[in-house]
Amino acid sequence: MSNSIPEIEDSKMMLCVGTNMTECHPIIAVRVKKAVRKGAKLYVVDPRKIPLTEYADGHLPLKLGSDVALFNAMAKVIIDEGLADMDYINERTEGFEELKAHLEPFTPEYAEGISGVPAELIRECAIEYASAESAGIYYTLGITEHICGVSNVQSLCNLALITGNLGKKSAGVNPLRGQNNIQGAGDCGALPNNYPGFQQVEDPVSQAKFEKAWGAPMDPKKGITKIAALDHAVDGRIKAMWICGENTLVTDPDVKHTTKALESLDFLIVQDMFLTDTAKLADVVFPAAAFTEVDGFFTNSDRRVQRIRKAADPPGKSQPDWWIISNVAKRMKTLVHFDYANSEEVFDELASLSPIYAGLTYDRIEKGDLSWPVPDREHPGTPVLHEGEFLNGKGKLQLLDYVPPSENPDEEYPYYLTTGRRLPTYHTNTMTGRSGGFRILVPNEWLEVHPADADRLGLDDGDWARIRSRRGDVVTRVAITRTSPRGTVFMSFAFPEEVMTNFVTNPDVDPITETPEFKVAAVSIEKVEAPTGLGAEQALRADPEEPGVV
Amino acid sequence: MSNDNRMIIDGEEVSFQTGETVLEVARRQGSFVPTLCYDERLDPYGSCRLCVVEVEGRRLPASSCTLKAEPGMDIRTGSDSIRKMQTTLVEMVLSENPDDECPRCRDIGTCEVHELADHFDVGRERFLGEISNASKDDSNPFLLRDYDRCISCYRCVRICDEVEADHAITMTGRGWNKGIATAFDGGLMDSDCTLCGQCIYTCPTGALADKKMVGQGEIPGEVEVTRSVCPYCGTGCSINLHSRDGKMIGVTPVLDGPVNEGALCVKGQFGFDFVNSKDRLTRPLIRKNGELTPVSWDEALDYTAQKLQSVLDDHGPKAFYAIASGRAPGEGAYMLQKFTRAVMNSNQIDNCSRG
Repeated sequence: MSNSIPEIEDSKMMLCVGTNMTECHPIIAVRVKKAVRKGAKLYVVDPRKIPLTEYADGHLPLKLGSDVALFNAMAKVIIDEGLADMDYINERTEGFEELKAHLEPFTPEYAEGISGVPAELIRECAIEYASAESAGIYYTLGITEHICGVSNVQSLCNLALITGNLGKKSAGVNPLRGQNNIQGAGDCGALPNNYPGFQQVEDPVSQAKFEKAWGAPMDPKKGITKIAALDHAVDGRIKAMWICGENTLVTDPDVKHTTKALESLDFLIVQDMFLTDTAKLADVVFPAAAFTEVDGFFTNSDRRVQRIRKAADPPGKSQPDWWIISNVAKRMKTLVHFDYANSEEVFDELASLSPIYAGLTYDRIEKGDLSWPVPDREHPGTPVLHEGEFLNGKGKLQLLDYVPPSENPDEEYPYYLTTGRRLPTYHTNTMTGRSGGFRILVPNEWLEVHPADADRLGLDDGDWARIRSRRGDVVTRVAITRTSPRGTVFMSFAFPEEVMTNFVTNPDVDPITETPEFKVAAVSIEKVEAPTGLGAEQALRADPEEPGVV
Repeated sequence: MSNDNRMIIDGEEVSFQTGETVLEVARRQGSFVPTLCYDERLDPYGSCRLCVVEVEGRRLPASSCTLKAEPGMDIRTGSDSIRKMQTTLVEMVLSENPDDECPRCRDIGTCEVHELADHFDVGRERFLGEISNASKDDSNPFLLRDYDRCISCYRCVRICDEVEADHAITMTGRGWNKGIATAFDGGLMDSDCTLCGQCIYTCPTGALADKKMVGQGEIPGEVEVTRSVCPYCGTGCSINLHSRDGKMIGVTPVLDGPVNEGALCVKGQFGFDFVNSKDRLTRPLIRKNGELTPVSWDEALDYTAQKLQSVLDDHGPKAFYAIASGRAPGEGAYMLQKFTRAVMNSNQIDNCSRG
């Protein structure tokens, strides 16, 4: 996030895009609701009528994947209405004239044709956004999990840049991260192109720095992404893989492909708390201690580095992640230092090598008051990024074109399927599903279908349906709801033992980030008989070859 | 702070900031001022009257939680007549409470009402009266609703509104019949309630309690409270981990958590006991003759190091790939990328952010 979470409360206008906040980030949603109470405007852009729309001044129910058309049209309205912040644009951005010319065809009427959002509503939302004293954009995977995810983000950045909403309190462009430490994992250099602190691996100065620090030669070329790595596993270029705390088999699109990739490896190490579906394929399984059993840190969405502490004993012989990895390293032919007495020593080494963490110690992250960059021990942290100037000089306005999703409804697969989470079931349910009570709240998966579509398909509430895409099919229960718009159905992926949603999802990726288009797949839906003998504990895993096999 | 912002509390001159209440100033000063309807996260409400103080120049005592501090004020918090009033108020509150053992006091920690009863050394004998019989048989898995113990402070209603912004419960009825209800007075699972549980942790009695924590009183040892951060989404809410004898028994919100300021959602509040799950992995496993077989750490580490060394020697750095967790602590992610870069000599590492 460019701005901090507490600032949201003082925002004057909030544009929430592709973020089912009350279910996926409920405590950030609290700040949004409080801002609404204080009089802020709220516009929700989402294909579904998510709960946040109940608090909104406007809901823009765009067609899946039409974001760029919509936000380009908003930018055009802002410029045409004379609401662009020309001082900010001249001082801090480049490419405005080119953008203005590029946006010529993106009239609200044109965007209505693509997105289905009425032109008048697009105009209204654009004017409210540009007129507010401080306007914040908040988005989640509804923006990034598309083949045009990067363009989607850039189209939002354009809006912030032409209205001067970047580098200002209670404004900004704010991706809400989906996992507790996904920001921290990237900060630590668990990325194919970055050392810790986002220092580029292809930059010779950074290479020299890490060669010196670790006493080992550095690979001068960046690595491949996880998505590409699975392809390389299939074709034999990758022989060994070490997966820490990820249920890859279940979370990645196109399960058949992922299974093949992991089965092709000569040597698979899985480090986890549980024997997940992924761990079942492993050659070595390391038992990892839980967050309640170790000292360490998590970094959240607003770049806040926070301390976690050991409160309970790990079961059996399970060990902290850093201990397991360093102890494998110590047994290999290497002279690199892996002898750590505790997690604090690891943290101190990270801080010494990462300029954005340089001012941090376990003492300073005690209460989570500091958001990076924290370049030195006296630095008070940086809740608002880009104040005064951008790191790379000027903010470059991007000329973006609308690209339709890689799959669209046709005769054979006439519906859009989109996926996401539900409040009480987190991700693949490995944590919530094992916590008492949550299976009472949400006992199983279901497909959300609009009443008009249900009529056409002959479906009633509680019926069973088969959802089929070009990659596979699953069988699940049906709930009839107006949350889903006509023509679009919704499922979570929280019950993989029963309904492996990612048999159906689309593995096509954004060319830059290689993030798959989880949010759009074309599917067909047909009513089926309830599977026989299905009890709560019995697993139903649909397979393309043997549909509905229990 | 200007010189004008000074007042007297229990005979001592103290300074205060404009906007502070007398209660806040007095407590900071170390004076004992009991409360039941007060929660620092909520707007002052002034309904329990326990925080009464004497104000020089005023005929009647005033509730200090709603009284703004003013320059020159002279406040007495502990006079005999104030203490007598407070004692009587606590006795009246107790008279409505059942006299069986409070499960919250037994298993979780003394509730505020019983703490005050102990402090003033009073029981429910003096004003024996009726019990409201207002308890709800609620089938939700998390929140115990035993309204026989409710004292109508409305902290639950206010926290639901002011802190969580959900407004799922409200006050109904008047006088003896007043109570707490959802819309249509049904169960919580049939209402707008998201089961975030924050009403439990503001409730000063045993009327609301954590069903998971009630019944854990059998575990020996004292409850230890350890500050940490929620393991779910990327919001980063501060939580207190409650453990007994090395075992996790519950979670409470951290009131000064910079992100959540004492708020939590259903997952952060109740979704912690996966750590106690019986199917946790407890030993390293190696596949032998097709079966994953428990082995010692020495064997697992040696075997892994030897296999990875031969992958590196026989197939080169690009034959290895590592995926770090976005949920495990950062020290592990740092270690895995250091291992990949400095031992396996490649940048073949990613985390789970791409899906």
